Formats: sequence, structure tokens, C-alpha cells
Amino acid sequence: MFDFLISILTSPLAITIYKGVAAILVIFPIAGVCSMAERKVAAWVQDRPGPNRAIVPWVAWIPFLGRFLQRLGVFHVMADGGKMLFKEDSTPGHVNKFYFIAAPLLAMIPALTTVSVVPFGTYFDEAGKAIPLILANLDVGLLAVFAISSLGVYSLILAGWASNSKYPFLGSVRASAQLISYELSMTISVLPVFLWINAPGTTGTLGLARVVEFQSGIWHGLSSASWGGVWFGFLMPISAFIFLVCLFAETNRQPFDTIESEADLVGSFHTEYGAFKWGLFFVAEYSHMIVGSGIFMLLFFGGWNPLPWLPLGSVVGWMHQITGWAFTIHPLFVGILSIAIFLGKVLAMIFFFMAIRWTVPRFRYDQVMRIGWRVLLPLSIANLLVYAIAIAFIQK
Amino acid sequence: MENSLFYLFSALTVGSALAVVLHKNTVNAAVCLLLSLLGVAGIFALLDALLLSVLLILVYAGAVVALFLFIVMLLKPQTEPKKAYKKASVVAGTMGAALLGLGLCSFVTRGQFSTAPAAEVFHAGLKDYGAMLFTTYLLPVQVVGFLLLIAMLGVIVLSKKFEGQEDAK
Repeated sequence: MFDFLISILTSPLAITIYKGVAAILVIFPIAGVCSMAERKVAAWVQDRPGPNRAIVPWVAWIPFLGRFLQRLGVFHVMADGGKMLFKEDSTPGHVNKFYFIAAPLLAMIPALTTVSVVPFGTYFDEAGKAIPLILANLDVGLLAVFAISSLGVYSLILAGWASNSKYPFLGSVRASAQLISYELSMTISVLPVFLWINAPGTTGTLGLARVVEFQSGIWHGLSSASWGGVWFGFLMPISAFIFLVCLFAETNRQPFDTIESEADLVGSFHTEYGAFKWGLFFVAEYSHMIVGSGIFMLLFFGGWNPLPWLPLGSVVGWMHQITGWAFTIHPLFVGILSIAIFLGKVLAMIFFFMAIRWTVPRFRYDQVMRIGWRVLLPLSIANLLVYAIAIAFIQK
Repeated sequence: MENSLFYLFSALTVGSALAVVLHKNTVNAAVCLLLSLLGVAGIFALLDALLLSVLLILVYAGAVVALFLFIVMLLKPQTEPKKAYKKASVVAGTMGAALLGLGLCSFVTRGQFSTAPAAEVFHAGLKDYGAMLFTTYLLPVQVVGFLLLIAMLGVIVLSKKFEGQEDAK
């Protein structure tokens, strides 16, 4: 009986499921905390205290720490989450019930599925080879991310349509046009990176782990091949900029959040939503931001390498030389260190998202379309052509 | 495991494809088309054709069906009862389905399957795929691209009203 149970629990399928659940268990709380951080950063930018009241009674008894945590507003996450779970989850009478309930779920699925092809750390095996930590190391890597995240548009479209009222409908029409427009420039802007790493004589890949490998300076066993581990953000600033702008538009963030601009569309596609269904839309939006920031960091800012021209491998090597402690080269330690560095970079990126929100005013909808089609698309194509010619000369 | 997944995806593909044709509500039909495409992508993935399956999702499921929904919602926000099928189209549809079924039946029962191992090309990487598109199959790719360009120009000419520009007509 127990053997049977153990064989099921340790089967490859079960292990894959554990890994997936573990990734979701990390993403989901971060997305929740991001909603809190958003309020706190907004307050900080606008020079006001922000949320600083909620506290769990027995934490308040701790002398200084309790007061500090209260001022920091960390307990508002629990208060907000609890409120969303327990308040009445009303469904208006005039909506299409099936799609109205399906839309928030559809928002979550692509947001959490994309995590499976994004590498988030690394460790070195006994031969010193870097092995990426990733749920599914596919050859099509980034293309899979684009494909799955392109399905996210359906939740917005169906939410707006199912709500069966004017403003949500307009919002969903905007959403479908905007998300499709910016996908193009986004895809073209990353092509130079993959042109560069797929040099003649290598096996072609679109995997993100290889991009980081290049930026770690070890590439085909030569450090000269990747110019000592330069980050693509320095090699291709225009690509990075286009990708960043498209990321803002795709994740529906200011200054591109015309989809839910409250001034002209009330709440747009989530006008009719409340309680936990509304919360799911926002967790999905933050999950998109987290995954998008992660991909931006992997492509252009070195992934889990702490500084440009300073790869993780040399940092770990120095730590081992100076301290002499054996655990510094243990795969577990290196793995946790790389994940911590990567997560730190992603969180810094999310802070950037939030700071931009209070810095650049929202574009009008026609401006959004003009930027997408008349500025970013020609720019990304010209950028691709220039780099294609340059890379052909460099790698000749 | 692979077998059951195959049956799952096939059932999803065929079932939702039927629903696309038979459903009265156009939005439901478009969503069923999306499900059907996802099922086909799943079957491609089971055949190790990951690139094909990802491209199918990226282009068709991600963009084309979204545009379908966009148009459906823009033209007909309120769903109206669909007209009954004409007799001729019912007969034509049944005959078409019967012919297809017959063809498949004879293919399964009498078809000659090659027992030779699958060509190496199918397991080649993305790079070989791209190289073949730009060497062996360059002409078909160019022709298809040209067709798409013509279609795009046709849409612009047909849909844009050239008012006050007589020579544009």
C-alpha cells in the first residue's frame, strides 16, 4: 500500500507537478505583496505616509519591531486579501454568467503558465558547467512565452464583452487592439539578441538560459567570445528600450493603461467586477509584470549575474578562495544565491514600473496607437536591420 | 500517458470544431475555434513539433482569433438568433463530411504506411528549419509573403473610402 503511494508520489509526473506548484507558490504571494508595494511606493512618490494602520494584535505587543512593521504597512496585504475573500461576490443580473466567471480564471492561466519556461537561477555541477534552474527547458523558450502570454488578451476581451455594458465593452475593444499592436514590436526587438547568440556553428536555440550563459562570459569555453560577459543592455540599448516600452504596453501599465483609464472608461473591463474576481485580475496583472520583468532582466541585464563583467561564477569562486568555506561552492548555496540575485533584480524592475506610473502621464488612445505603429515598429525593424548587418560582420 | 493525452486533445479539437459550426452564438463559436486550435497545438506538441505548436498558438490562437472576436463584438454586440441552414448547404455539408470520412476510412484500412524511420529533419533544431526556409523553400516563402501583401493591399483598397480623391479610384 505504502509502496504504491510512494511510487505515485515520486513519479516524474508528480515531481513536475510539485515544481509547478512551488513556482506558483512563489509568484502568487509576490503578486499579492506587489499590490501593497504599489500603494506604498505611490505614497512615497507623492510624499505622504500611505497605508500604515493595519496590525495584528499580538504583533503590536513587540516593542519597536511591531510599530515599525505597522508603519511599513505590511499587514495591509492580509487586510486587503481578507476583505477581498470575505466580501459579497456579486454577479450583476445583466451579464453573460459563463464568460463573466470564466474571464478572471482565463487571466490567471497564461500569467502563471509562462513561468514554466523562464529560468530563474543556476548552479554548477562537478565539472563546473552551469545548469539553469527552469521548469521546462525548451528550445523554443522565448517564443513559448510570447505565445502563452498572447492568450492573456482573451480574458480582457471576454470580461468586457460578458459585462454587457458600454464602458467595459469599449475597454475590451481597446485591449484587443493595443495588445496585438505592441506584440509585433516586442517580438522584433528581441531578434538581435538571438541573432548574436546563435553564431555560425552553434545549435540554434531561442532558450533564455543560453542568453544568460552568454552574458556570464562563459560561451563555448571562451570568455573572449562574449567580450567578457557584457550585458545585452549595453550592446543593444535600443532593443532594450523598445522591449521595455512594449512591456509597459503589454502588461497594461501606465503610461499605456488606456485599457482601464478610469477618467474616460470608469474601470473599463473590470467595472462590473468585485471582490475576489476583481482581485484575480490584479494578481494576473502583477504576475505578468513579474514574469515580464524577469524576461527583461534575463535578456538585457544579465539574469542572475550580480554586475556587468562580473559573472556569478567568479563571485562564487572568490568567496570560496577568500573564506575557504566548503559550502560556498555547494550547488544548493549557489542556487539560492542566484535565485536571490535574480529575484532582487526583478523586484527592482517592479519598483521601476511603479515609479514610472507616477512620473509619466497616461497617453491618449490615439497616441498609444501612433507610438505602436508609427514609431516603435519602424524603429524596431531598422534596429534589427542594423544589428543583422553588424553581427554578420562581427561573426564573419 | 501520451495516448490518453492524444485522445484528450483530439476530442477537444473535434468537439470544439463541431461546436464552431453548430453554435448559434458567434462569440461562443469564436471561443470554440480558439479551443480547437489549442487542441491542434497540443497534438503538434505531442509529435515533438514544438515550434509548429508554439507558432500556431502565437499567430492563430493569440492574434487571428482575437481579431475575429474583435470584429464579432464590433459588428454585433447583441446576439441575434441565427437563421436556419439552407437545404443545399446541409446536403453539401453532409456530403463533404461523408467523403472525408470515406477517404479517411479507406486510408486507414488500405493505406500503405512507410515503415522507414522518420527523416532526421523532423528532429532538427530551429536553425536547420530557418536555413531550409531561406534556401530550399525560398520561393514558396516569397510567394506566400507576396500573397499576404496583396491581401493586405486589397483590404485597404476595399475598406478605405477615398472621398474627394477621384484619381485614387
